[in-house]
Amino acid sequence: MDRKLLLEHIGVEGIHTHDVYRKQGGYKAVEKALKSMSPDDIVEEVKKSGLRGRGGAGFPTGMKWSFIAKPEGVPRHFLCNADESEPGTFKDRYLMEKIPHLLIEGMILSSYALGCNQSYIYIRGEYMYILQILEKAIAEAYANGWLGKNIKGSGFDLELAVSAGAGAYICGEETALIESLEGKRGNPRIKPPFPAVKGLWGRPTVVNNVETIAAVVPIVNEGGDAYAQFGIGRSTGTKLISAAGNINKPGVYEINMGITVEEFIYSDTYCGGMKNGKKLKACVPGGSSVPILPHYLVCKTAAGEDRLMSYESLADGGFVTGSMLGSGGFVVYDEDQCIVRNTWNFTRFYHHESCGQCSPCREGTGWMEKVLHRLDYGHGKMEDIDLLWDIQRKIEGNTICPLGDAAAWPVAAAIRHFREEFEWHVNEPKLCITKNYGLVNEKKFEPVNA
Amino acid sequence: MSETNPKFKVTIDGIEVEVDPGTTILNAARMIGGDVVPPAMCYYSSLEGSGGKCRTCLVEVSKSSEKDPRPMPKLVASCFTPIMDGMEVKNKSSEKVIDARAGVVEMLLINHPLDCPVCDQAGECDLQNLAYEHGKSTTRYEFERRTFDKVDIGEYIKLHMTRCILCYRCVYTANQLTDKREHGVLKRGDAAEIGTFIEKNLKNDFIGNVIDVCPVGALTDKTFRFRSRVWYTKPMDAHRACKCCSSKAVVWMIGDEIARVTARKDQYGEVKEFICNECRFEKKEKSDWIIEGPRHIERSSVISANHYEVDAPVHTPLLNKA
Amino acid sequence: MSQENIQLPEDLLQEVGRQIAKFPEGMQKSALLNVLHIAQAHFGHLSEPVMDYVARLLHILPIEVYEVATFYSMYDTVPVGKVKLEVCRTGPCMIEGAEKIVSYIEHKLGIKDGETTADGMFTLKTVECLGACGYAPMLQAGEKFHEHLTEAKVDELIEKYRNNPKANYLGL
Repeated sequence: MDRKLLLEHIGVEGIHTHDVYRKQGGYKAVEKALKSMSPDDIVEEVKKSGLRGRGGAGFPTGMKWSFIAKPEGVPRHFLCNADESEPGTFKDRYLMEKIPHLLIEGMILSSYALGCNQSYIYIRGEYMYILQILEKAIAEAYANGWLGKNIKGSGFDLELAVSAGAGAYICGEETALIESLEGKRGNPRIKPPFPAVKGLWGRPTVVNNVETIAAVVPIVNEGGDAYAQFGIGRSTGTKLISAAGNINKPGVYEINMGITVEEFIYSDTYCGGMKNGKKLKACVPGGSSVPILPHYLVCKTAAGEDRLMSYESLADGGFVTGSMLGSGGFVVYDEDQCIVRNTWNFTRFYHHESCGQCSPCREGTGWMEKVLHRLDYGHGKMEDIDLLWDIQRKIEGNTICPLGDAAAWPVAAAIRHFREEFEWHVNEPKLCITKNYGLVNEKKFEPVNA
Repeated sequence: MSETNPKFKVTIDGIEVEVDPGTTILNAARMIGGDVVPPAMCYYSSLEGSGGKCRTCLVEVSKSSEKDPRPMPKLVASCFTPIMDGMEVKNKSSEKVIDARAGVVEMLLINHPLDCPVCDQAGECDLQNLAYEHGKSTTRYEFERRTFDKVDIGEYIKLHMTRCILCYRCVYTANQLTDKREHGVLKRGDAAEIGTFIEKNLKNDFIGNVIDVCPVGALTDKTFRFRSRVWYTKPMDAHRACKCCSSKAVVWMIGDEIARVTARKDQYGEVKEFICNECRFEKKEKSDWIIEGPRHIERSSVISANHYEVDAPVHTPLLNKA
Repeated sequence: MSQENIQLPEDLLQEVGRQIAKFPEGMQKSALLNVLHIAQAHFGHLSEPVMDYVARLLHILPIEVYEVATFYSMYDTVPVGKVKLEVCRTGPCMIEGAEKIVSYIEHKLGIKDGETTADGMFTLKTVECLGACGYAPMLQAGEKFHEHLTEAKVDELIEKYRNNPKANYLGL
C-alpha cells in the first residue's frame, strides 16, 4: 500500500486554499461526521484505527481522548500542539504550510468528538509566517461555514483560533503549552492532575500534535478499520518523517509504517542514499531526544533482523540496542561527523531550553554541556565520561517533565555506543580538533556502563 | 475527624499510618515523624501551589494501592503525590531514593557559593542541613559558578540571588499575602533568577515574610545582617498588641537586646502564622514585646548550643512517640 | 521614553483587541504572548515602559509581563538592530555548516554573536532549532526563513536588507 493518507493531494496547485482543498474532497469528513456520526462514534473510530500520538510519545489517541473529564456545565478545550521544536523535526511545519485545511478539518472533527466548542492551535512563535497561512485558512473556513455557530446546520458550534509561542522548546510539553497559552512562563505543571481533568484555565483539555489531528480526517473518511490496514502491527497508519543530515534528499516523507529503515535511507523514493557516497556512521531516528544508533544497529536490530520504520521495531532492544520513532525527526550522520561534538551540540540545546523549574534539569543540563564542551575541545579527562554517565543518570526520571529524560537519553546513548570515540578525544587532545574519529567497529552488544 | 470519613492506610518505610484521603505522601510521613520524613526545600504547606520543584522529597512507591498493587515506574515527588489506600512508600529504606537524593543535593550545590562562613542563614539553613545529611563532602563540579550582584529589594530586605535555589516560595508568598506582587522569576533555565526586573522596592505590610520562607540565605533581614551568628542569640517566644497580624513571633536576643524578630517556625521550618513588617523590622525594644519564654529548639540544631532545656516541651505527640 | 509616549497606533490597538477576543472574557492574559509580539514589532524591543504599557493593556501586573518577556527567547528586552539575523546552530544545521555561516557573517559585519552593527542595522544571534533541518544551514530574518545558505546567499541577503529602507523586524 503506497497510498498516502495525509499528503495525497500535496502536489495539487493551490491546495492551501479552501476551494481547491474542497474540490479534492476536503471537508467531506466533517460533513459525514456532523450528518451521520455521534461524537462517541468518532472516538470509537479513532480507537479502532490504532492511531498513536505523532508528537513523540506514541500514546494511543483514542485512549487519551477517553480520559477527558466531562463535568456538567464546564467547557472543555481541544488544543493543537504546533510547537514543533524538536531538533530534526520539521514535518508539522510542512503540513501546515502546504495543506492547512487538513489540520483545520481535523480540529473540527476532534473538537466535535470531544465536545469542545473553543479550540486553539498553539504554534511556535518562529513559525509566524505559517501562523498567517493558518489564520487565512481559518478565515476561509469561517466564510464557508465550517467554523462558527451551528456548523452546516448541525447544531455544533466551534470557535478556532491560533495563538503564538515565542521561542521555547519546553512549550511542546503539553502542560507547559497550556501555561503558555494562559499567558504565563512555559513551566510544565506537576502531574497529577492531568490536563484531561484540569487543563487550560482549569478545564478539561486534550492536547494533540498537528499530524495526529490531521490523521483523524482519513480515519473519519474511511473508517478506523481501513486506517488500521495501513502500517504494521500496533504501528498503524502512515507517518510523516522529516529526514535531514548527510543524505541526498532531505525533506518530509509520508511513509507507510513498516518499510525498512534501509529502504528509507537508500531508496530514491525517500532519502536517496548517503550524500557524496560517504558511509553511514550513525542515525537519530526520531528527533534529538531519542537514543542515537551506531551504523551497525540502524538497518538491522541486534538480533540481525531488518529494522523497520515503526514504533516497535525502532525500539527493539530497548535503550541498549534500540531507539524510538519519536517525533519522526530522522537525522543521518556520515563517517565525517563527530559524535562528541554532536552530543555537545544537542546538550547545549537542552541546556538552553530547560525551563529552570526543577533542580536536576536546571543544573544538570548545564553541567553536562560544560563537560561535553571540554571533551570536544580536547581538554577532557577519562573520568569525565563516567561523570557524564552519572549526571545523565541523576537527571533521567527525576524531573517534573520529560525534558530531563530528553536531555539524558542522547548523552547516555552516545556514551553507550561511542565510548571509544569519547576516549579517543581524551587520548588525542590535539588530533581531535582537526580530525574525526571515523567509524566505530562493529562489536558485541554488551552495554557499556548499563 | 468524623467516623464516617474513610481513612486511607499507607505504609512508609514499614511504618503504617492512617490518613484522610487527599493527604500527600510527605504530609503522611510528617504524621509519623522522625527520619521517615523526606526533606523538602520548596514545598511549604501554607503556600498554595508550592512544591514539586526541588526534587529532594522524591520517594519510591513500591505499591501504588490496594486496588492496583503495581509499583510506580518513577520516583515521585512526595509533596505532590496523594496517598492511595494501601500504598507502600519507601523513603530512607530505598537505595534508589538515597542515590537520587544525593544527586539532587549535588545539583543544588554546584552553583551555590558555599559561603556559609559569611552567610546569615548559616545555622538555620535548610540547604546546609540537607547537604549535611544527604550530600557529599567533595564536589565533582569544576566550572565557574553562577553569580549575581546583591541587590536591595526594599528598605529591609537584601536579595543575594547567588545563593538562591529557585524554590519559588517567596513568589507564592507575595502572590498570596500581598495584593500586588512585584517580584517574580525572570529568565529561564540556569539563568533564571528572582527579581523585580528593574530595581524596585518591595513595599507591602507582609513582604518581610519572604525572608522566613526562604530556605537559604538568598533573602535576608537587613536589620540583622552580620550582627550575630544565630547560635549566639537566644530565641524567645513573644507577642505584642498588633493591629495588623497575630504578632506571634520569636525575638532573638543578644543579652537584653532584641537582635531580630521572626515568625514562629515549626519543626519543618514552616511558618503557620505570618507576621507583619512592623513587628518584624520596627519593634526592636524589649518593651515592645511580651516575652513568653524560651523558644523550643531541636537538640540537633546548632542554635540549641548552650541553651539548656529541661524536659523539652512536646510539640507533636507523634514526633516523640519512640 | 516616558510612559506617555508609549502608545500603539490605532490599527495595532485593533489587532491587540483581536488577539484578546480570541479568548473568553476574563482570560485576556492569554493574549500576552501575542500582544508582546505586536509591541516588539512596533517598538523594536520590549523596554520596561513598553512592558508596563502591555500590562496596562491587558489589566495584569507588570511583573507578570517581565516574567514572560524574559522567559521566551524571541523577545528582546534590550535594543537590537533593525534586522535580526538568527542563525540556527542545532544538530542538523551544525553538520551542514552553520558554524561557517556564523563566522562568515561575523567577519562580514564585524560583529560577534549577540552583537549589533554600529549603524544599528543588523543583530547577529545564534538560535536553537528553527524546524528547517532538511534545508540547512538556515537563518531567520524577521519572520522570514532563508534556507540552504551559502556565503553568496548571505552576501545577497545582507545587500538586500541594506538597500531596503523598509527592512525591519518583519523581514522582507
